[in-house]
Amino acid sequence: MLLDVRDLSLRIGTVGLLDGLSFSVDRGEVLGLVGESGSGKSLTALALTGLAARMGATITAGSVVFDGTDLVGLKESAYRRLRGKRIGFITQNPMSALDALVTIGDQVDQVSRLHLGLSKRAARAHTVEILSRLRIPEAEVVARAYPHNLSGGMKQRVVIAMALAADPDLIIADEPTTALDVTVQAQIVMMLADLVRKRDLGLILITHDMSVVAQICDKVCVLYAGRVAESGPVRQIFAAPRHPYTEALIGCIPRDGMAPGSLRGIPGTVAAVSQYGADCCRFAPRCCRADALCSTQQPLPVATGTGGMLACHHPVDTPVTEAADADDR
Amino acid sequence: MSAAVQKTGMLGTIRRSVAWRALATIKGGVAGGFLLLVVLGAIFAPVLTPYDYDIQALTNAFQPPSLAHPMGTDEFGRDVLTRILYGARTSLSVSVVAISISLVFGMTLGAAAGYFGGRFDRMVMVVVDLTWSFPEILVALMLVAIIGPGVTGTLVAICVAYLAQFTRLTRSQVMALKSETYVEAARGLGASHAFILFRHLLPNCLGPVLVAGMLATGDAIILEATLGFFGLGAQPPTPSWGGMMSSGSGLLFKGPWIILFPGLCIALTVVAINLFGDVLLAKLDIRDRLRVV
Amino acid sequence: MQMTADAVPVLELDGLVRTFTTGGGLLRKGRSMTAVSDVSLRVAAGDIVGVVGESGCGKSTLARLAMRLIDPSAGRVLFEGRDVTQDHGARLRPLRKKLQMVFQDPYSSLDPRFTLRECLLEPFAALGETAPPGRVEALLDQVGLDRSFAGAYPHQLSGGQRQRVGIARALAYRPEVVVLDEPTASLDVSIQAQIIALLQELHRTSGLTYLFISHDLGLVRYFCTRIVVMYLGSVVEEMADPDAAPRHPYTAALMGSSFVPDPTERAQIVPLEGEIPSPFALPPGCPFAPRCPRVQDRCRTSRPALTQTTGASKVACFNPVEA
Repeated sequence: MLLDVRDLSLRIGTVGLLDGLSFSVDRGEVLGLVGESGSGKSLTALALTGLAARMGATITAGSVVFDGTDLVGLKESAYRRLRGKRIGFITQNPMSALDALVTIGDQVDQVSRLHLGLSKRAARAHTVEILSRLRIPEAEVVARAYPHNLSGGMKQRVVIAMALAADPDLIIADEPTTALDVTVQAQIVMMLADLVRKRDLGLILITHDMSVVAQICDKVCVLYAGRVAESGPVRQIFAAPRHPYTEALIGCIPRDGMAPGSLRGIPGTVAAVSQYGADCCRFAPRCCRADALCSTQQPLPVATGTGGMLACHHPVDTPVTEAADADDR
Repeated sequence: MSAAVQKTGMLGTIRRSVAWRALATIKGGVAGGFLLLVVLGAIFAPVLTPYDYDIQALTNAFQPPSLAHPMGTDEFGRDVLTRILYGARTSLSVSVVAISISLVFGMTLGAAAGYFGGRFDRMVMVVVDLTWSFPEILVALMLVAIIGPGVTGTLVAICVAYLAQFTRLTRSQVMALKSETYVEAARGLGASHAFILFRHLLPNCLGPVLVAGMLATGDAIILEATLGFFGLGAQPPTPSWGGMMSSGSGLLFKGPWIILFPGLCIALTVVAINLFGDVLLAKLDIRDRLRVV
Repeated sequence: MQMTADAVPVLELDGLVRTFTTGGGLLRKGRSMTAVSDVSLRVAAGDIVGVVGESGCGKSTLARLAMRLIDPSAGRVLFEGRDVTQDHGARLRPLRKKLQMVFQDPYSSLDPRFTLRECLLEPFAALGETAPPGRVEALLDQVGLDRSFAGAYPHQLSGGQRQRVGIARALAYRPEVVVLDEPTASLDVSIQAQIIALLQELHRTSGLTYLFISHDLGLVRYFCTRIVVMYLGSVVEEMADPDAAPRHPYTAALMGSSFVPDPTERAQIVPLEGEIPSPFALPPGCPFAPRCPRVQDRCRTSRPALTQTTGASKVACFNPVEA
């Protein structure tokens, strides 16, 4: 296993933000980390890259085993050798990820010069090669351009090129396509899927959009308010979602032939961090299947037959209990 | 990386603003307390001191600081503390009134230029940049030379000298706020230009502009003192801090307290105003805090 | 929702053109770009017309032209048959009560200093009127927000809740037409679905007419009764039936780029190559020609006009996809 996260818990001050996250990704595999804003997706990415400590967060339990070594408690200097070199990071906003005053080429060169120790000339050749492999036309010309000369989609490709420059084993992409047009999103997503296959990388894709997950992920891990709701192989999850939250997330995407009014969304919003309860299912207030049990006892994650996990008292494929039924009416 | 930090950065922001507030209470309290003392001293000068600021008693000249005269007496035997208290009236009121007038004009001009843009904006900016390119003291000296020395001259001079600053600041604030969607939304609701300016734009840029005005008041006190030092400010026997320093400059060795205390007053007042302005700036800067969450 | 030929559309855009000039100074001439070129659109009462396209296609400019927030360089805007193109300031006020807009960014569309009550009273304040008592509460109820929110400030609300306030503010005057400028683009999909459900509900209960601007063809096909596809400032296809198969290669490409939430349907994605050309240097022929998989020689030299296909549908293409 390339990256194996077990029971990761993290807190800032007295507030527990992540609570027992477990997931794993292997080479050539795409893991989708899914949830709404406020579910802890971005924080998880920061924790994996050792950047959460800068925000005053401490990992209180669990392990993050990357290629055989546990990253929890790793020194910042050791982490720095890892970040960019073995773990690439793609941010959500390509506009702010690039330095406006440095040419595209110099920015990508930096990465390979720093981590691979390439000479100036070799680094540029390397950069041009990566850029053209990402299907950026006239890569030599683009390398001499500044970020403002490029469109949003092109900039995001450059950010991907920077993440790839040091030949990493794992890439973490935090909502890489949210700011982009649909046609560009399709290009970028297909390109990422292609990269994983050709270069045998592990990819963690963070997104709130189940349709992107369906498109390229092999495994999916659904987060809700800092906890894992459900995880498993993508086909399994989409064919038969068991957690009501997973089912609702999939139901949020309009499909062809849907009757008007059938798109309902999920009522309410993710609870604020300060209102996280401990002994309850945090999704209960928004859940159509919740009953008294859900607000008094935390559903513990249980391994499912397909290698995934499920944390729910009343999974979708079980009959709704009497109490919940009565509530509905 | 920054996007991710932004998204999860709310806790960091809350912590920082609390730290700011703690700091603000000490710094702001001391500075604000001192300013209050100066203002109260100026207002209650006749009650606080048994002396008159303009009665000369040459026999009593050049008394060093003592119990009867805590800051000594000047070359005409007048109590320096009394003259400082009365001088605060001139220095403070001239600066505050001049800056207030300047603020009102500057905000109006700047808001109109920033909001409407076009040829009016370009015209205003040419004039503003022209005054901006001279040091304030030079502009003030030129104006006093035209109007003539005295309180009115000083007032007008300070007013014009700082107009450019306020116009520019308001204009840039309004131009930034103008592109906020709520301004467009207000237009979509049928709001008039005046409604948008007075309800949305000016209130939202008031904070920074008021702080700038506060800081400029400190500068204006120095400018007023400088004009007074050159003998162009309030004319004798009306006391002003600058005028007092001017008359004391020739007597530096005979009676150093005559120049020392007004100088100290100017310095402390200006420092207090700047510190208080800093604290205000930190406290008023709510917009970033609102943005993050 | 088909419109009969003689019915007067509630909102009609007739040959709208808008050019912008950027750069330029005292000595240099600015470059000009055409954001919207010759767009005509008829919106009948009760319709939900969707305008779809990628960023830079002019759809937001079109929304602002329709709202009379900016002036067209040419063409007319008609509301209930009356030409309002020349109206400004106070003369536009009767129109404001009937034509309202919901903005894309719920974070900057509310003044941070105002409570929700003040936000919702603003439509009345802007016209110097007083709101009928209980209007704020009624509006909050209408958009599904708790009445206790009235005293809250925007920064205390989530994005979805703010967008509900934006919708409530647009409904304050009980308008007839609401222009929705990507109201869900900056929200999570789960919240997007909530907002769309709310808009559908309001459409049904209040008899509203929508002009819905979006970049998401899947969403538009679900939500709208008629679809207009824009590319680089022009309409390339009008679909009277949202479920119809696309005829223009660009519409087909848009559809081919949207993901389906079903891992078994992956193979169908054919991403569109290339990017939108700069609007400052438009190709002479069909604007889509440089990226079009069905391009022919004449596409590069002359521009296809919008022509009728089946029923009220139109397409601007020399070589449309077979129906």
